[in-house]
Amino acid sequence: MYNEKVMEHFQNPRNVGEIEEPDGIGEVGNMSCGDIMRITLKIDENEVIEDIKFKTFGCAAAIATTSMVTELVKGKTIDEALQVSNKDVADELGGLPKEKLHCSNLAADAIHKAINNYRGLDDGKPDENDHEHEHDHEH
Amino acid sequence: MRKVYLDHGATTPMRDEVFEAMKPFLKDNFGNPSSLHSFGREMKKHVDDAREKVAVALGAKPEEIVFTSGGTESDNIAIQGVARRLKNKGNHIITSQIEHHAALDACKALEDEGFEVTYLPVDENGMVSPSDLKDAITDQTILVTIMHANNEVGTIQPIKELSEIAKEKDITFHTDAVQTVGNYPLDVNDLGVDLLSLSGHKLNGPKGIGALYVKKGTKVKRITHGGSQEKKLRPGTENVPAIIGLGVAIELAVKEVNEKVEKYACLRDKLIDGILKIEDVKLNGHPTKRLPGNVNVSIDYVEGESLLLNLDMKGIAGSSGSACTSGSLEPSHVLKAMGLDHQSAHGSLRFTIGRGNNEEDIDYVLEVLPEIVSRLREMSSVWKGKEAAEKKN
Repeated sequence: MYNEKVMEHFQNPRNVGEIEEPDGIGEVGNMSCGDIMRITLKIDENEVIEDIKFKTFGCAAAIATTSMVTELVKGKTIDEALQVSNKDVADELGGLPKEKLHCSNLAADAIHKAINNYRGLDDGKPDENDHEHEHDHEH
Repeated sequence: MRKVYLDHGATTPMRDEVFEAMKPFLKDNFGNPSSLHSFGREMKKHVDDAREKVAVALGAKPEEIVFTSGGTESDNIAIQGVARRLKNKGNHIITSQIEHHAALDACKALEDEGFEVTYLPVDENGMVSPSDLKDAITDQTILVTIMHANNEVGTIQPIKELSEIAKEKDITFHTDAVQTVGNYPLDVNDLGVDLLSLSGHKLNGPKGIGALYVKKGTKVKRITHGGSQEKKLRPGTENVPAIIGLGVAIELAVKEVNEKVEKYACLRDKLIDGILKIEDVKLNGHPTKRLPGNVNVSIDYVEGESLLLNLDMKGIAGSSGSACTSGSLEPSHVLKAMGLDHQSAHGSLRFTIGRGNNEEDIDYVLEVLPEIVSRLREMSSVWKGKEAAEKKN
């Protein structure tokens, strides 16, 4: 079902944890769909992501995508990080099972949220009915 | 690596005796039981012999046994067949919210044909209430279908009590006994049912074979059209090797059933006790009225698919009612009907014990599972750490 790269990230996720007193925090997902991802960021004076940590409740795809996204944006500027999309994350992992693309592939959204939180544009908390709408399409 | 198969609720391995009995019929003994010549007559004899074995196992008569392709087809013939046959008498069917999809979706399909269906709720242990059944019956009710034991949480329904309520009102009663036949003692007369579904591969028999018990005099309309095999209820050339395999498997299973119940229950209780030692874990299903081989727990703060994949890496096979493993985006309808919240449903884990399991298997699971749970909790966004969990309690 999952390719080797996804399984590798699932088994050995990078950057697990939580930054104390983070500069930005972004949480996406909800319990009804079974995936909740939280990303915390440390951003330096040049707006470079100095450190990033994640915690995820969810399936292998959710864990692997969050792990991958932390690798993709670490050391990048926040502008560069904002360019990373959920699709980029899935591509970088060599693809995800079709049914997981919409349901568990939210890691880039968590980064964007954390950056917006750093910029004071977002409370960092999950939006109401976060991706319920996508679920509707899937049915 | 040690391999521990604890998913016997999904399927069971075929017994050697079954395989040996089937072998000649896969190739050399190939006749069509409907043929007049010796090739066919010989097959007919073997099919009748298997039918006799299934009948004996259920406490039924051979002419009351219809071979089908499995539990799903048995459920469909029973539910759709009875409803359509009796539609002039009424249009109301009663079932429960926790049926297998084979029964549930057969009922839903009948709704499209104009039938009305009542889906009885269950309590927090997954139990249907006889008084709810009584209240749901109308003068239009023609069929009640309620499973004997639930495949996910193992709760065993009071079928006898339920069927008596239906009988008083002259309503046909069907039960899906796929999880119980061969794994739990039963007798169709004692259960008081008119129809009962069973499956070969849940009792160490072959896949692709099942049977439907149809009590003499029960009115069922065929749902598939073709030849006159299996009293026209399941037309098509018989799957002779599988029928023979089912006969051998069910005979052995029923002969050993008491011993099996005792052994499985012992392993089950050991496994349940061990898993409940992990904090924030609860048992799903009835504490005592449950299948001897069924363990179903909810492990808070972790998600079922992640658990299963980690267990699989350690050679352990289980299942989960999490949305991620259901093939849909919804967690188990059974756990939802029992009132579990999303977190508990997503964190559900089922182990189902079978013939090959022993105490060492259980010890191995209990050694491996706590480590996996704590590793996943460490990376879980909803796990607040041990201290917070203790405070909560």
